[in-house]
Amino acid sequence: MNMDFSYTIFILIIPIAMFILLGFFYNKIKPAVSGWIGVAGLTAVAGMSYYTAYQYFFNIPKVDGKFQTFFGFKMNWMNFTDTLRIDMGILLDPISIMMLAVVSTISLMVHIYSRGYMKGDRGYTKFFAFLALFTFSMMGLVVATNLFQIYIFWELVGVSSFLLIGYYYEKPSAVAAAKKAFIVTRFADLGFLIGILLMGYYGGSYDFMELNNPEGPAIMNWASSSFMGLSVITWALILMFMGGAGKSAMFPLHIWLPDAMEGPTPVSALIHAATMVVAGVYLVARLFPMFHFVENGFALNIVAWVGAISSLIAAIIALTQTDIKRILAFSTMSQIGYMMLALGVSEYDGHDGIGYIASMWHLFTHAMFKALLFLGAGSVIHAVHSNYMKDMGGLHKYMKITSITFLIAALSISGVPGFSGFFSKDEILVAAFHHNKPIYFITLFVAGLTAFYMFRLYFSIFWGKKKEYEHAPHESPWSMAIPLIFLAIMSILPGYLPFTEWLAPDRIGFHGHIDYTMATIATLTGLTGIFLAWLFYFKPSIYPAKVSAFFGKLYKWTFNKFYIDEVYLFITKIIIFKGISAPFAWFDKKVVDATMEGIGNKTVDLSKGIKGMQSGKLQDYAFAFAGGVFILVLIVMYVM
Amino acid sequence: MTNFLLMRNEIILLVLILAMLILEVTTKPQHKKGLINVAIGLFLLHTILGFFPNEAGELFGGSFRTNGLIHFFKNVLNVGVLIILLQSADWLRDKVAVYNKIPEFFMLLFSSLLGMNYMISSGDFLMFYIGLELSTLPLVALVAYNSFSEKATEAAIKLILSAALASAVSLFGISMLYATGGSIFFEEIATNLQTSNLAILGMVFFFSGVAFKISLAPFHFWTADVYEGAPIGITSYLSVISKGAAVFVLMSILFTVLPALTEVWKNVVYVVAIATMFVGNLFALRQQNMKRFLAYSSIAQAGFMLMGIINAEELGIATVVFFLLVYVFSNLGAFGVVQAISSETGKENMDDYTGLYRTNPKLALTLLLALFSLAGIPPLAGFFGKFFLYAAAASKGYYLLVFLAVVNVTISLYYYLLPVRAMFLRKSEDAIPYFKNKVMMRAGLVLAVAGILVLGLYSPLYNYIVELSAGIL
Repeated sequence: MNMDFSYTIFILIIPIAMFILLGFFYNKIKPAVSGWIGVAGLTAVAGMSYYTAYQYFFNIPKVDGKFQTFFGFKMNWMNFTDTLRIDMGILLDPISIMMLAVVSTISLMVHIYSRGYMKGDRGYTKFFAFLALFTFSMMGLVVATNLFQIYIFWELVGVSSFLLIGYYYEKPSAVAAAKKAFIVTRFADLGFLIGILLMGYYGGSYDFMELNNPEGPAIMNWASSSFMGLSVITWALILMFMGGAGKSAMFPLHIWLPDAMEGPTPVSALIHAATMVVAGVYLVARLFPMFHFVENGFALNIVAWVGAISSLIAAIIALTQTDIKRILAFSTMSQIGYMMLALGVSEYDGHDGIGYIASMWHLFTHAMFKALLFLGAGSVIHAVHSNYMKDMGGLHKYMKITSITFLIAALSISGVPGFSGFFSKDEILVAAFHHNKPIYFITLFVAGLTAFYMFRLYFSIFWGKKKEYEHAPHESPWSMAIPLIFLAIMSILPGYLPFTEWLAPDRIGFHGHIDYTMATIATLTGLTGIFLAWLFYFKPSIYPAKVSAFFGKLYKWTFNKFYIDEVYLFITKIIIFKGISAPFAWFDKKVVDATMEGIGNKTVDLSKGIKGMQSGKLQDYAFAFAGGVFILVLIVMYVM
Repeated sequence: MTNFLLMRNEIILLVLILAMLILEVTTKPQHKKGLINVAIGLFLLHTILGFFPNEAGELFGGSFRTNGLIHFFKNVLNVGVLIILLQSADWLRDKVAVYNKIPEFFMLLFSSLLGMNYMISSGDFLMFYIGLELSTLPLVALVAYNSFSEKATEAAIKLILSAALASAVSLFGISMLYATGGSIFFEEIATNLQTSNLAILGMVFFFSGVAFKISLAPFHFWTADVYEGAPIGITSYLSVISKGAAVFVLMSILFTVLPALTEVWKNVVYVVAIATMFVGNLFALRQQNMKRFLAYSSIAQAGFMLMGIINAEELGIATVVFFLLVYVFSNLGAFGVVQAISSETGKENMDDYTGLYRTNPKLALTLLLALFSLAGIPPLAGFFGKFFLYAAAASKGYYLLVFLAVVNVTISLYYYLLPVRAMFLRKSEDAIPYFKNKVMMRAGLVLAVAGILVLGLYSPLYNYIVELSAGIL
């Protein structure tokens, strides 16, 4: 049995090599060539990822009925003590391999799509270089063997995300959005870093294998330290989750995600829908045994509630937005909330691990249909040159492929039976129902909202009012249509894969089946949402105006995203900048700088003052010489 | 059988001097330009020969002695002089009005170097004094080499009169040491000398005389005037080779001949070190002429070297020698750029360098590297040189001295950055236009830059010097 995974190092080497090639020679390489380089490289990466997944799930026998962990590559990077060290390596286990497949698939599709979407853009090659950098960073994050490695790549994806959001750097709003995304996630990462350091100190290791071992010292000894009534390990986990919440746009750190839609649409599909934003979910899943066993899952409870609240808030905000990409952004936030809450309600063993499985499964299916929604939105934006729903309508007859694939994705996210979203969402509902009733009802409600706003979007774009266009919109080129079709297939197919056998937290798994009561309730909720949307938006109607008038203030609040951005602005601009930073700046300028400048000026003055000593007359020099000897003698003989 | 090969460095130099003398007589005036290449070629050969190891030993009943460290240091001086010759070649060929004086330049320079070699190798005060004078007198003629320049003549007169005064004081000090030690041989003085007021007085007088050559405050006043008036090649020779040799000799005489007075001369060194650092740095702050600027900077650097001497142990020797090595290459890099620009355009002021990076990026980067190394910015050689000196002084508890040195480094950073700011950050309409350096100048600059980089990044060299210094005391 061949268990040599050492070739997986090329999954990392190829993207970084592409980045270096395209980045350094970006004005030497023709745009057409750079696009093909990107696609070719990603095809190789995706091929290797699929091969790895095939080998891992089908060919390598389980030991004691469990999936084993392999290392494609591992080296010792830094040693602090005998036990505390930092490695660099490639960790292969069910979730990392699943993520490899997701990231490489979406990245490949986005590369193909971008060849058409970005055509004629001035920074075409640079764009592909950034995509390659992001792919490298995300792959490195996924296969990290320890907390420090994941942190390094975590920051690297942050940088790539910053570069790509601010890609249209001549647009002030894009620059502001890039800065906002970077600062908010960096702020969250501060918590992550503190968490890592606490974990290293109190848990004694950075290594995932050692930390996650249920019989290992980190988990067994959690009670040995405490701070403000909680174990320090729990604090470390909460702080790390703060980093994850920042990256995954969980309430209240979600404010950067809608603005991040300023980036090119393929970027939104890749980074802000399918891959980078689920890094927080992946982090919690990666440390799931710790979250679950330490202090009876206290930190995990927080994860569950943060996920549920985020999911609800985002779904409500999505109802009222008019920018199609922002609707999708809030939808992403809501769906990631689903994944978080599913992890949060999960247990460790056997059938009780259903939440964990559901979360990972939903991560997979969501990546496919959300990327498809974004790419479809990109296709629409490409056709009508606007992000706003008011500029769209009746596009179905102009863009059949986009319309149909978009519909498939919308059906999938709404949880209509037969589509992949139905299966993963069903598992989430089952998990929530069995372990946390309040969260179950939130989840169910959100499912209805999701179906409603998603079909509001679909009907408003492709049906609704018949709009007269100045230039008749046309279907996008094949380079953009092919990824849409492929992803449409992937929005159905993964529902039928045996994820329950592959992705269980205890690595054993079980044969899953559909809970028909749950499924029926969820399906009915979803269909209600779709029906209402059909009623409101399929043809121009008066209902939307009536309903928004009925809700009045609440509608306005929702439309303004509950003024959360304004709260942040108040805290940063008024409290931090004016209240704290300004006095410090004054002190720095008037006291610290002034002292230093004073010393500097006095030195220069002194230098001016003594200039006369160098008279240019030889007799003065001789006098100074003799005087110098005399003084030295005096000093030596009488002073010292 | 006396082994004259111990003196082979000096013998070859003497042969070179005589060869130049013969060529001077036999070459027709119109062919004398060609002698530049001949002289540099011969000196290159001499430098390479120097790298063959030499034994330790004594000649003439102990008047002349040599060992690994001395031989190493002679090689450093050779390399330094070679770089100076390479950097001066174009100036000699193109700018000097009196062509028939070309061999004279080499004869005088080699004579001065010969004097330094004897001074370094001296085993008694007689040999030391002869070496000192032999190194100084030809330099006076070289400073006045461009005899049509009033500034050069003035500089030469200032140098010869100051040097005479210094020699007199120094000789007076030596006579007192002879009076108390009863011998002129270093070894005998070292064993005989007792602490007495006369001995201390002799030591201070002797110290002052040598301090003049190193231009330590307050014996430094001649420096700026002479540096400014002399041809740039000679200025760099004065500031690098002459100063380096004098520091080395001062150190070895203080350490090996006057150990009885260690506690006393440490105080002298302490006071002079502080005075020199402050005087050099404060005067350097306001200089506009690059030669004067580098003159004061080199005064300040000499103050730093004293921090290694105050250590008074083998560690001190190693750090000073290493610092000298760094100083040789850094200063020659800076002087080389000044020389290149001066011989091309005749400009020597800092303002003229404005916008140099845009027109002559390589020269600007070389000067940047040299100045950063002089300022002691890591990871360049100068940083390690200064760091070791601090360590040497701090290990003997001279914390105040180290603190004052750090203050001075901060001041020096300001003025070292002035030319950098002019070259890189300022724009100028009439920046010095692009020009291409000749082969020899380029070789001279490349050698200096290579030295700065290698010394900073290649640590075994320092260990080698530490090894050489072991067992000297």
